[in-house]
Amino acid sequence: MTALRSTLSAFALLALLCATTARGEEPKPEASKPAAAKAETPKPDAPPRAEFEAKFTYCKTCHGVSGQGFRGAYPMPRLAGQQPEYLQNQLEAFIERRRVNPVMFNVAHVLRPGMLAALAEGFQNLNPKPLGGEPRELIPAGKKIFEEGVASANIPPCASCHGQDAKGQSAMPRLAGQLYDYTTRKLSNWSKERGQDPAKPDTSQLMEPIAHGLTPQQISEVAAYLGSLE
Amino acid sequence: MRIKPTGIALLAMLLCAAGPSRAQEDLPVRNCTWCHGSSAQGFSTAPRIAGQQPHYLVQQLLAFKDHSRDNPTSAQYMWGATARLSPERASEFAAYFAALPAEPASDGNSALVEAGRVLYEQGAAQSEVAACVVCHGPNAQGFEAIPRLGGLSYGYLKSRLAQWSQGFHASAFPMPQVATSLSPEEVEALASYLSFLR
Repeated sequence: MTALRSTLSAFALLALLCATTARGEEPKPEASKPAAAKAETPKPDAPPRAEFEAKFTYCKTCHGVSGQGFRGAYPMPRLAGQQPEYLQNQLEAFIERRRVNPVMFNVAHVLRPGMLAALAEGFQNLNPKPLGGEPRELIPAGKKIFEEGVASANIPPCASCHGQDAKGQSAMPRLAGQLYDYTTRKLSNWSKERGQDPAKPDTSQLMEPIAHGLTPQQISEVAAYLGSLE
Repeated sequence: MRIKPTGIALLAMLLCAAGPSRAQEDLPVRNCTWCHGSSAQGFSTAPRIAGQQPHYLVQQLLAFKDHSRDNPTSAQYMWGATARLSPERASEFAAYFAALPAEPASDGNSALVEAGRVLYEQGAAQSEVAACVVCHGPNAQGFEAIPRLGGLSYGYLKSRLAQWSQGFHASAFPMPQVATSLSPEEVEALASYLSFLR
């Protein structure tokens, strides 16, 4: 019994040593971690600073110099000020192809768990002005939908989950300042892009009846309102 | 030999059909086609401007004028050409050239086309190379101020990427970053692929 206990203690110590020395060294610390260390750490290791900065800059290549979003052939959404839990969920959804997007699958599936969490946290403190470009004349109608919902279609006020200021909380995303063209596309194509694995239903299911219930005009209106919010 | 009147009429119609419209007749496009080729398909270091995104053309003309596009070739040839160019005239030039038909240069390395296509559409996430397609579009047709790359010459595309990675035109976000992330092999593949795109 004591032999077993001391063997286990030795393993635990080894794992602890490997975990602490692997942190902050080579670009790919997971290559140097022995299998025994895997079971010890419930929280993924934070990536080394230089590696994080390289990936963070990479995200901003497409998502805007301050994460405000960017309009290319496709609109790339605002990530600045986004809820970390939501970003993490989306990155995992891209990797598991529950959310279908070939470009995001490519960039996300090479990220190790520690990097995922770090990137998700990294955007929350950025606060650039909204990119703009929404049709301003639709904003008043959009504000009404956001604050009151659409009773006739059983659609609750967006504000009740996304917050009065549309900044979201925990798993519910910030919508304030999101690109108009991005929001309209996502709401219009909700069930074609999200929740694609019937064996693994996810939080995207909550939005499905809402996305379906809104008319294209209502989608445009609420998207215009959200695009204007700081 | 007697030329029939109908023959002359037909010839006149053909000439009028091929020429510029009334308003564009005043546009001094010869100042541009000197170097960019009589049908603006490009010549030597001067790129094809036919069929280019008009917003991009305006933006670059103004970037030459204010010297923010500062690589040596631009400084030598385009700074002087745009020194007295008004924004209105720049828009007129842009509209004219954007409407011209464009032929692909097809002067890249055809053996690298497939590798270039994969890089263009998927990027290389391990080395932080963005997928060009998200901004430049599925057929490299461009979008607003983002240029059409399809069919530009291999040599020109290579030189642009080299210029950004050398630090020129630093304000052209995100291209300096993108160019710096590419290896020489990746530049070869991309420039080759794009040169063949119609």
